[in-house]
Amino acid sequence: MKVQKMRIPKREEKHFFLFTSPWLLGFLIFTLYPMVFSIILVFTNMDMTGSGRFIGLANLIRAFKEDTLFYRSLVNTFYFVLVSVPLSLFAAFGIALLLNQKLKGVGFFRTSFYIPYITSGVAVTLLWGWIFNSQFGLVNYFLSLFGITGPSWLSDTRWAMPAIIIMGIWTIGNSIIITLAGLQDIPEALYESAEIDGASSFIKITRITLPLVTPTLYFNLVMGIIGGFQIFMQPYILTEGGPSYATYTYMMHIYNSGFKYYEMGYASTLAWLLFIVIMIITQIVNRTSRHWVYYDN
Amino acid sequence: MEAYYRSKKTTDRITTVLSYLVLTVIAVIFIFPFIWMISTALKIPSEAYTLPPKIIPKTFTWNNFVEGWQYADFTRYTLNTLTVTVLATLGTVISASLVAYGFARFKSRFNGVLFTVVLATMMLPSQVTLVPTYLLFTKLGWLDTLMPLIVPSFFGGGAFNIFLLRQFFKTIPKDLDEAAYIDGANAFQIYYKILLPAIKPALITVGLMSVTFHWNDYMSPLIYLNSDHNFTLAIGLQFFQNSFGSSQIQMLMAVSLITVIPVLILFFIGQKYFVQGITMTGIKG
Repeated sequence: MKVQKMRIPKREEKHFFLFTSPWLLGFLIFTLYPMVFSIILVFTNMDMTGSGRFIGLANLIRAFKEDTLFYRSLVNTFYFVLVSVPLSLFAAFGIALLLNQKLKGVGFFRTSFYIPYITSGVAVTLLWGWIFNSQFGLVNYFLSLFGITGPSWLSDTRWAMPAIIIMGIWTIGNSIIITLAGLQDIPEALYESAEIDGASSFIKITRITLPLVTPTLYFNLVMGIIGGFQIFMQPYILTEGGPSYATYTYMMHIYNSGFKYYEMGYASTLAWLLFIVIMIITQIVNRTSRHWVYYDN
Repeated sequence: MEAYYRSKKTTDRITTVLSYLVLTVIAVIFIFPFIWMISTALKIPSEAYTLPPKIIPKTFTWNNFVEGWQYADFTRYTLNTLTVTVLATLGTVISASLVAYGFARFKSRFNGVLFTVVLATMMLPSQVTLVPTYLLFTKLGWLDTLMPLIVPSFFGGGAFNIFLLRQFFKTIPKDLDEAAYIDGANAFQIYYKILLPAIKPALITVGLMSVTFHWNDYMSPLIYLNSDHNFTLAIGLQFFQNSFGSSQIQMLMAVSLITVIPVLILFFIGQKYFVQGITMTGIKG
């Protein structure tokens, strides 16, 4: 056995800092400095040119007392997260379960499910705008086959957000593959011994698969929440937040405040409030996790 | 007993058939929008707007690709997107691997603490740093240039990539480094000549993920680019949509399709690397 030296040689320390310096610099310039600066911005009315003065808590008061769009966008974003995150989680789990059987052609299916995720961007968002077109779109044509007259989706205050949610669920390929990897980590021996004991497929799924895959589900849940609260591109491109603010998300409110009206102080305030909301919710999820997430050790 | 096995076999077969059925339906839902995109892109205007919609166009036309492409300066947008994607990916791969090497191989009192900071930054939502970063780039005179989309990649290449590459470096026995060190190689040569070749698959994974990210990125170009000749494809497409609305959907779909194809080709070539990358995402917790 090698004897561990207590003192770390100077050369090691020097090399450590030499090689990690790109990240260290990046962390200081693009993370730490902006974070500190944006906390200061919360208490100023700084504009784009960087000039402004200290205004105390005025930005916070404005958000809570005067800005109706603050609440509107927050409610819309909660709506999006509360519906899309659980749906995506269940859908990804279900599809991953199906993929986890020893079927031929799993590769083909996996690829099909992953392609929407990898291509997700403006192009695919525009494609969905066309699919949801009220007159010539595929969705309403499909509904008409069953005698249903589809809504005008993106221009209907009630259906615009559901349309955006459906679009989001279409890009769950990433969660599917992460969940599948979690499922494949479950030791085969567990299923075999359960089978010897005469367990049904249902019992195997609920008593073995589900508990053992909870860490992966937890990871997907947290990532889904963080990503969901930042929903921006799809509604911004397809509806610009409309009709009558039905899809006006919180991130859009930050964007408009900062980069349309150049109210940098207020935009930073909104950003920090969102950060706090996300922190609180992930903390709540984290607290509940010990009741439902299974850990090996 | 035999009857039990026979019935089990039958249920297994039913499960298999049902699974295929459900998977096929879902696969159709996932893939059909793309087929619809291709179909629309190949139609003449009058046919694009008809009911019931036809999957296979009666009159094929390639004209939408040509005309749509010329409507705006899409060649310029493509060159800009390529510039950003190539340089940012280069920056990501180089700097993330250097930093990961530092964390994986060298002892320091700060190694543990700083690595925890790396992991913590993964959880930080980017909008908190958005405004000050914008003001910083404005001060540097980088507004309406491609610099803000490229330069940050050279400073660490993203927390997740550092994490991923560090894990891979750790799987390579340290004896290799030590042997090379005794032979007179310095720390950089060990990194460059021994460790980088050894983790090539991981580097490809990081590279491919970076390419798709920068190719699809919307938020940064939206914030930083103002003039037409600096647009990336993402912004160009949106510009195209805003000026045409959905009155020329066949051209919009044709141009959209062109911008999606490079990503698809890349995905089919490097599929296993993508899957490896995502699988690693799941185990980072």
